[in-house]
Amino acid sequence: MKFTLSWLKDHLDTTASVDEITEALTDLGLEVEGVENPGAKLADFTIGKVISAEKHPDADKLRVCQVMTDEGQLQIICGAPNARQGIMVVVAKPGTYVPGIDTTIGVGKIRGIESFGMMCSEREMELSEEHDGIIELASGEVGDRFTDWLAVNDPAKVDPVIEIAITPNRADALGVRGIARDLAARGLGTLKARDVVPVPASFKADLTVSIDADTADGCPVFCGRLIRGVKNGPSPEWLQDILRAIGLRPISFLVDVTNFFTYDRNRPLHVFDVDKMKGNLRVHRARGGEEIVALDDKTYVLQPGMMAISDDEGPESIAGIMGGAATGCTDETVNVFVESAYWDPIQIAMTGRALKINSDARYRFERGIDPAFTPEGLEHAVRMIVDHAGGEASEVIMAGTVPDVSRAFRLDTDRVQSLVGMTIAPDDQRQTLTALGFVLDGDMAQVPSWRPDVQGPADLVEEVARVASLTKLVGKPMPRMTAGVPTAILTGSQVRAGQARRTAAALGYNECVTYTFIDQAAAALFGGGDDATMLENPISADMSHMRPSLLPGLLRAAARNQARGFADLALFEVGHAFHGGEPGEQHLAISGLLIGRTGPKDVHGESRAVDLFDAKADAEAVLAAVGAPAKVQILRGAEGWWHPGRHGRICLGPKKVLGVFGELHPRVLREMEIKGTAVAFTIWPDEVPVAKSKSATRSALASNDLQAVERDFAFVVDERVEALTLINAAAGADKALIADVRVFDEFVGGSLGEGKKSLALTVRLQPVEATLKEAEIEAVSAKIVEKVTKATGGALRG
Amino acid sequence: MDDLKHQYLTQIANAADEAALEDVRIAALGKKGEISLKMRELGKMSPEERQTAGPALNALKDEINSALAARKMGLADAALDERLKSEWMDVTLPGRGRPAGTIHPISQVTEEVTAIFADMGFAVAEGPQIESDWYNFDALNIPGHHPARAEMDTFYTHRAPGDNRPPHVLRTHTSPVQIRSMEAQGAPIRIICPGRVYRADYDQTHTPMFNQIEGLAIDKDISMANLKWVLEEFFTAFFGTTVKTRFRASHFPFTEPSAEVDVQCSWVDGQVRVGEGDGWLEVLGSGMVHPKVLSAAGVDPDQWQGFAFGMGIDRMAMLKYGIPDLRAFFDSDLRWLRHYGFSALKVPTLHGGI
Repeated sequence: MKFTLSWLKDHLDTTASVDEITEALTDLGLEVEGVENPGAKLADFTIGKVISAEKHPDADKLRVCQVMTDEGQLQIICGAPNARQGIMVVVAKPGTYVPGIDTTIGVGKIRGIESFGMMCSEREMELSEEHDGIIELASGEVGDRFTDWLAVNDPAKVDPVIEIAITPNRADALGVRGIARDLAARGLGTLKARDVVPVPASFKADLTVSIDADTADGCPVFCGRLIRGVKNGPSPEWLQDILRAIGLRPISFLVDVTNFFTYDRNRPLHVFDVDKMKGNLRVHRARGGEEIVALDDKTYVLQPGMMAISDDEGPESIAGIMGGAATGCTDETVNVFVESAYWDPIQIAMTGRALKINSDARYRFERGIDPAFTPEGLEHAVRMIVDHAGGEASEVIMAGTVPDVSRAFRLDTDRVQSLVGMTIAPDDQRQTLTALGFVLDGDMAQVPSWRPDVQGPADLVEEVARVASLTKLVGKPMPRMTAGVPTAILTGSQVRAGQARRTAAALGYNECVTYTFIDQAAAALFGGGDDATMLENPISADMSHMRPSLLPGLLRAAARNQARGFADLALFEVGHAFHGGEPGEQHLAISGLLIGRTGPKDVHGESRAVDLFDAKADAEAVLAAVGAPAKVQILRGAEGWWHPGRHGRICLGPKKVLGVFGELHPRVLREMEIKGTAVAFTIWPDEVPVAKSKSATRSALASNDLQAVERDFAFVVDERVEALTLINAAAGADKALIADVRVFDEFVGGSLGEGKKSLALTVRLQPVEATLKEAEIEAVSAKIVEKVTKATGGALRG
Repeated sequence: MDDLKHQYLTQIANAADEAALEDVRIAALGKKGEISLKMRELGKMSPEERQTAGPALNALKDEINSALAARKMGLADAALDERLKSEWMDVTLPGRGRPAGTIHPISQVTEEVTAIFADMGFAVAEGPQIESDWYNFDALNIPGHHPARAEMDTFYTHRAPGDNRPPHVLRTHTSPVQIRSMEAQGAPIRIICPGRVYRADYDQTHTPMFNQIEGLAIDKDISMANLKWVLEEFFTAFFGTTVKTRFRASHFPFTEPSAEVDVQCSWVDGQVRVGEGDGWLEVLGSGMVHPKVLSAAGVDPDQWQGFAFGMGIDRMAMLKYGIPDLRAFFDSDLRWLRHYGFSALKVPTLHGGI
């Protein structure tokens, strides 16, 4: 919402400066977004008088002028044809910036004669395009500031333009008068009376207006007057000036009048050219399919139920949103019908949205104009038209009745102070509401008709608080809910997510935050991409579906980094993935992605390609950090985006999956445009069982000083026998004695033959009661060999 | 006896290496060594002779042993010194690589904010990112036709033909978590609600997903003045310098009265410095929770009152750490992650500094 200072002062009697006004507006909740002060750039220009003007000895078109200024007599060379003795001029002295030529004036020599400034044209000061000569002022004193002269003689040229942001509740502030009322309530002046003396009726109109019964809820009242014999044409200067100042293009007087009251009083109006209408006007609902060319010259097709104003020919106006081109006013228009109606905000909002029309009228009607002002607004407009464009006005044509929006709420002055936390005297509270147009009857505040947003006692609190000024609010300590040291506030799940995150970072991964929505193709590769998780209105095609997994986002990030020349990547993310489209169908996950090598090639020769065992170790570390049990099962059979033979599910039993690690399927990587192989893991921390004991106490340390013994075994087994089978079998040979079984070597093929491999185990025996004797060790060893060969069908390697 | 001593000590001193030294030891103290033999003869002596010869021989033996040990150590040291002369490494070669990961600024700042509010008794509440329009709008006093709904640039989820339920939304703020939390635990309540939120907007300063943290405190007599204190305490702890705030009246459907909150700041070389200067920067929306919102969440507005506020986590990170571009937060550019990320061990704590 834009307006000029002089426009505001048309409603508000005030001596406040622009700064005081803008500060108050922002504080009141009418946030100032910008102030354009055209006078600011002209502040240094002063008025001078040409004492003498002689022809330049070396140039026919230049004159050497002696000019009296506030700094005494200056010699100025001037090329303007009208530079002559005796005229009052505008002077830019050395040091003054001249906006129209983007130059700061200096002292210079022109054809050998010194010049100490410049006399300016209007164009040089960006006041107009006028450049036939320098400005000649009809009045003014030498030394006066030119902006002061303008303020008196041509105020529009220095009228500051203020732009404010309007919150959706403040429909009333979409008119300059509403803004003035707020400022008056704040004490920045007094609201001027702006009553209208209606134009007396000269005739009874032969036009009728009707509202269909099914449209009365959308258009409770419709007023209008015919004016015969108006003379349309350009608006008076003042009207053109203020419309231009707020960014509107003056069109013709009749149209400009409607725009003026839209901004002046938040009262959108429409003017029909009666000579282009056929028959009477009817406010009704569209059957659907009616076409209308609106004032923006676009054709709109009305949908069933939309409100329209039609004559015998069909729709002439999209009610409350935009008039029709066919009956619009032109310079030739002489007979008009001025419309002032009240339209239901919700219906206007829905129609405007459906037709995608953003007009000043829609903007205001959907926020809510003052219904009680409907007839009076008409009289204002008719008065202005007749006063400037002549003509005679008919009696008022009115259909429906002004809706009764009266309501009152109780002002609880104690409650106001309790909520705001500031002392505001009850009398001041009442005075604020009165100044805003509320009528107080005891504790009850009657809401003014222009404030549709005030719907309860809480709204009264807001009015009082904002006028009292929240800037004055002083902070007041809020005591703790319970005295003493604060207790822990994170849930177990939150703690685990945090531990997982910091563990992954400690393992060398860089945390990413990728978009929750991804493209359909990527989602489909990871088991998602169905309609349930699809957005109706994605911002782009590559953000259309909620991610089923964190991996596609990480892979896309990896591909971008590969394109930037980063080959070795360790990326991870902690966040939610979506297994459905209903609220709550989301689950927390942690995914890590490794691509390339463990690090750059290095002098120690430690860099190597990453493989699934890196991902496995990291998955195990993250699981350990979130408190997962050490003993887990590794099962195959995860989803299809994993390499079929190179992945494992980390499980507690076949149905409790804590995580997955492995190589990603080469086909998936190809689709995601990843160069090379990639290994990854995903952990679902909320699947990890929560420790049952809340006690911090640890179990006692069981340590044993007896010498432990290690024995190595190598077995030849089929290539696809899993190491874990050997480990479990060996460990089962003597659960009390065997403390640990580790695989320390794997050898495939070679002399063992096709399809065979050798696995070497170290078994650690920890005696509990007495040092082991050789015979006991032999006995356990035999048992281990027996168990392993039985479990695997293999043999001890000879 | 003195001759013997002198003889062996000299030999020990002159032994050139460990082997020569061993020869000396055997000659003196070996089974058939000169001193060993003499000691063996002690048994044949009279008690009187033994009285003097015994201690003398023992002393001699100890002295020779000490000398042997000392010389052995000396020889070892010399050998070590000789070896060390040949042992040299180029210590300017790089150390063995150890990967260093990073924590994303959004995670770091979320933890910072959490630590501060935890001290004031605020718990962390979370909720669904796909929400029903009731939790996202209606319960927050934003009815279907409200202009604020259109202005929020909401993402809607797809509905199959024939499914006439209103579409769900991607939550446009974390306020639905406030409603769900009040429904679940009633009042009094103090929570913060961090999380991802979504609005269909993408330009220089907007991304369709961003991160928000909202706060809610409901009790018997909580006021807007308490809100100002809480926020000033928060900003001061967060930015590590005293930060003044300015409240400006505003409007949100879910609070009444409502205020936008500015923090004191100055601009230096194009970067914002919070907590100094006389400029103001809008960072946050807030207000007293609207009675209709309390009612919608099952809290009696005649008994309870309190405040709510919401701010952007990404925005806070940008302000505090001087990160220029919001869009880069979600691009996962390795250079950006390494430059603006945080060490895994830099866990924000109040006692260690946020």
